[in-house]
Amino acid sequence: MATAGEISNKAAGLAHHNGSATRARDAHRRSPFTPLLFELSAEGRVGADVPRREPGQIAGADILGADLCREDLPGFPELSEPQVTRHFLRLSQLNFAQALQFYPLGSCTMKYNPVLNDEVAALAGFTRLHPRTPAHLAAGALELMARLEAALAEITGMDAISLHPAAGAQGELTGLLCARAYFRKRGENRRKVIVPDTAHGTNPASCTLAGYEMVVAKSNARDFIEAAEVRRLADGDTAAMMITNPNTLGIFEPQIAEIAAALHQKGALLYIDGANLNALMGIAKPGHMGADIVQLNLHKTFSTPHGGGGPGAGPIGVSRALEPFLPVPRLKKTGSGWILDCARPDSIGRLRSFHGNFGMLVRAYAYILALGGDGLAQASRAAILSANYIRKRLEAHFPAASAEPSMHECVLEHDLEKSAGISTFEIAKRLLDFGIHPPTIYFPLVVHGALMIEPTETETKEVLDEFIAAMERIREEALTDPDLVKGAPHTLALSRVDEAEAARRPILRWQAK
Amino acid sequence: MPNHNSMRFMPQTEADVASMLKTIGVENLDALVAHVPEDLRSRARINLAPGACEAEVAREMAALAAANDGASGFVSFLGAGYYDHYVPAAVRAITARAEFATSYTPYQPEASQGTTQAIFEFQTLITQLTAMETANASMYDGASAAAEAVLMARRLLPRRRVVAISRALWPDYRAAIRTYLSALDAVEIVEVPFDTQSGATNLDALSDLATDSLMCVVAGYPNAFGIIEPFSNVAEIAHGAGAIAISATAEALALALLKPPGDLGADIVVGEGQSFGMPLQFGGPGLGFMAARAANVRQIPGRLVGQTHDRDGRRAFCLTLATREQHIRRERATSNICTNHSLCALAATVYLAQMGRRGLRELSERNVELAHRAQQALAARGIKRRFSGQFFNEFAITHPNPAAALKAAEARKILAGVPLGSDYPDLAGEILVAVTEMNTIDQFDVLASALAEAC
Repeated sequence: MATAGEISNKAAGLAHHNGSATRARDAHRRSPFTPLLFELSAEGRVGADVPRREPGQIAGADILGADLCREDLPGFPELSEPQVTRHFLRLSQLNFAQALQFYPLGSCTMKYNPVLNDEVAALAGFTRLHPRTPAHLAAGALELMARLEAALAEITGMDAISLHPAAGAQGELTGLLCARAYFRKRGENRRKVIVPDTAHGTNPASCTLAGYEMVVAKSNARDFIEAAEVRRLADGDTAAMMITNPNTLGIFEPQIAEIAAALHQKGALLYIDGANLNALMGIAKPGHMGADIVQLNLHKTFSTPHGGGGPGAGPIGVSRALEPFLPVPRLKKTGSGWILDCARPDSIGRLRSFHGNFGMLVRAYAYILALGGDGLAQASRAAILSANYIRKRLEAHFPAASAEPSMHECVLEHDLEKSAGISTFEIAKRLLDFGIHPPTIYFPLVVHGALMIEPTETETKEVLDEFIAAMERIREEALTDPDLVKGAPHTLALSRVDEAEAARRPILRWQAK
Repeated sequence: MPNHNSMRFMPQTEADVASMLKTIGVENLDALVAHVPEDLRSRARINLAPGACEAEVAREMAALAAANDGASGFVSFLGAGYYDHYVPAAVRAITARAEFATSYTPYQPEASQGTTQAIFEFQTLITQLTAMETANASMYDGASAAAEAVLMARRLLPRRRVVAISRALWPDYRAAIRTYLSALDAVEIVEVPFDTQSGATNLDALSDLATDSLMCVVAGYPNAFGIIEPFSNVAEIAHGAGAIAISATAEALALALLKPPGDLGADIVVGEGQSFGMPLQFGGPGLGFMAARAANVRQIPGRLVGQTHDRDGRRAFCLTLATREQHIRRERATSNICTNHSLCALAATVYLAQMGRRGLRELSERNVELAHRAQQALAARGIKRRFSGQFFNEFAITHPNPAAALKAAEARKILAGVPLGSDYPDLAGEILVAVTEMNTIDQFDVLASALAEAC
C-alpha cells in the first residue's frame, strides 16, 4: 500500500509545493476542451443509414402533406458514426465512476454492479419483449417478476410487493397514496404525516405530493427518534410516519418497535424508507419492525447501476391490509400461468406506463440469485464492518457526529473550518485529486459540515486505508498549505466549477451563434 | 468471512476482517450489530436459496429469457406507446461504458463532465425536436412526465381547477395523471371525448370547457389511436381561456417529421423517448422528457444542467437551479423526483447524434411510408381503418372479432396489434396496429390475410 504522502504527490501531480505549483498543476490536466456535438457538426454528414425507400413509394412527408410536416430540424447535429463514438468515449473519460474509483457517496450505496447482470439484461428474450405481448408469450418475464416479488417480500418481511414504481421517490409517493386510499376506504380523512428532521428531501416532497401536511419529529440528543416524541405528535389525524432506518446518520433507530406501536395505537401507519436497506439484510426486517409500507431502491441495495442518475427501480412492500391499494397491474397466478391483473377496484391506479423498470428488475433478480439469502446477509455485515472501520480510523480528526454505533455508513464532522478556514466542500474537492469520489456532504442537515461516508461491502481494506490516508493528508494540508486545498481539484480536466454562475445566468441549451 | 459463492463481490479476506474488527475493538461481526434489538435479529434470517456461481446465474436467467416466446420468432405490430425501432450498436456500446453506467447523479461537476455535458446536449436536442426553449434532464417515462406537466400547470395557475384530458390521450398517461393528482384538493379532471369520425380530440367539447376555471389541456400528439391531433386548435382553445396547453408524444420519432409542438402553441411538451435507442425490455426503463418555455423554467420539475466555467475560464457544465428541487426545497419542492432516467437520456443523445438531422427525418418518413403501405394492404383485404384522421406509424382497424383475429395471426407467428377494447369499451372491435422500420413490406400481406380469414 502506498503511503499517504505518495498518494498525495502522485494524485495531486506535485513533486513539491512551491511557487510554480499552478503551472505544474495545469500541466497535469488532461483534456482542455471537449466540443459539443453541435460544434462538431458539418452539413451533409450522417451517422446512420436507414432502410431505403421502397421503389415507387411516395415520400412520407408527401403522404402527410406540408400542413402537418416541419421542414427541417434546425440546429440538429450532423456527424459520422466514428465522430459520435469518439465524442462519447471522450466524454466518458471525464467521469468518476464506481467501476473506476472508490465512490463512498453516503445514502447512495455505490456498490459494485456485477457485469453479468448487464449481460443477462441484454438477452434478446428480455430486450425484444414488447410490454403488450400477451401474457402466455411473456411467461419468463412474468415468472421473473413473481420470483423477485417473493424474494423482496422475504428480505423485507413484508406481505406483498409491487415492482411498479420507477425509482425510490416514486415508490414513496406510491406508498403514501396507498396509505391515503387505505384511510379513505375506512372512511377516515387523516391529514398529517410525521417525518424526522434527519429525513432525505424526497420524504417531505412526497408528503406534499400525496396531499399530506408534514409534521417534523425531532431527533433526541443521541440522534434518534424517541417513541415519546412520536406519542407526542401522533393523534387521530396522523396518517403515517415516514422514517428511514437506519436513519441518515447511519444509526439504527433503537425504538422502532415502540414507534410502530405508538403509531398503530392511534390507527396510523409506519412507513419505513428502505433507502438504507443495505444495512439491514439478515439483521432486521422492516416487516418485523412493524412497517406497514416500505420502499426499496434496487439501484442501491440490489446493485443495479446508477447510470449517472438513473434509471433506478423503487418497489414497495406493504402489509396485507394495504395490498388491495397497490398500483395496477398486479401479477396474478391463474391456471394457465401468470397474468397482469388490472381489475382491482381499490387500487390507487398507475403512476407510470406498463409494469415497472423491467430491465432493472432483471439485474436485481440476478444479484439476489448470485448472493442468496446468506450472501445478502453477509453483504450487509461487510458493509457495516467497512463503515465502522473508517469511523474508528478517522475518529481522532474526523469524529463521528453521533456517539451511537454506526451501521452501513458513518457521518463525520471536523474542526478545520475553525482551525484552518477549510470547509467540508473544499475537503470534498481535494479528495478528487486523490482519485476518490467525495462522500455526501452537508447532509444530514442536522450535522454541521457533515461528511456522510458509505463505503459498501465491495471495497478492499486497502482501498479503505487509502481513503483514510487521503483524509488525514488533506487535514495536514489544510493546516500547513490551506491554499492547496482551497484551490482543489488540481488534477482533473477542469478546475473548480463555478456553480453559482450557472444559476445566476442560466444557459440550459446550446444555441447557434 | 464464511466461504459463500457471493464472496466474488466481497473482497475482504478473513485476515482483513480480523484486522478490521481488532481496529474497531470488537470481537466479531455480530458485535457490530448487537445494539439492534435481539427480537429483530433473531428472526431476520433470509430464507432464500444459497448463492449461485456466475455460470448458474447465467443459466437460470437464460432460461427465463428463453421462456418469453413473444420476444423472438414473431413478426410484431405491437405499439401503443412503446415502439420496436432498431437500436444502433454504438448506442449499446456507449451506454454500457461503466464510466457512464456506474456513476451517480453528477453532484460533483469536476468529476462528472461526461454526464453533465451529455445531459446538456440532451436538453438541447429535446428543445430542437420540440421547438421549445428549455428541457429538463429526463423524467421516468412519458406517463409520469405528463402527470408532472399537469402539476407544473397547477403551480403556474394555482387558482384554476379544471384539468381537461383528451380521452384520445394514452390510457396509461391518463391513469398516471389521475393518480398523481388524486390527493390534491381543488382539482377536477374532465375527459374530453374524441371525435368518433376522425379519432382526434373533439374540439367542440373542448371549447365547452374553455372558461376561466380551465387550468390546462392535455392531448396526445400523435394520440392513442395514432392520429395526428390538430394541436394548434387544441392550444388555441386553451389559450383563449388563459389555460396551458400540454402536448404528450409517445412516439418521439414523429417529432422529427411533424410540426413541432412548440410551433403549434404548446406551453409544456412531454413524451416518451423510448424510440430513441432504448430496447422494448417489457416496458421499462424508457425515457420521460419534458420541455417548456424559458419564462417558466423555475417551475420545471427534475434536474437541469447549465453551462458555466471553471476557475480558469474553461467551459463547464453542472446541475443548476437546484432550489426547485427536493433536496433543497423539501416539502415546497416542484417535485419529489430525485433519481431520473439519466442513462436513458444518454442513449437518446447518442442515438439522435448518430441519426442526425437527415437520418432521423428519413427514418421518420420511412415509418410513415411503411405504416401506410400496411394500412393499404389491410384495406385491400376489406379490413378498414376505424378513424379518418391522418396517422403517423400506427392506426386502428375495425374487426368483427378482434380476439379471433389476434389468435389467427398468432398462429401464423404474427403479433398483429393491441386490442383497444380493454381501455375503450366503445372500441371493442378495434385493434391498434403499429409499423416501424423493423417491419418489411412482405409481412403486410401475411398480416392482412391472417386478419381477413378470421372475419
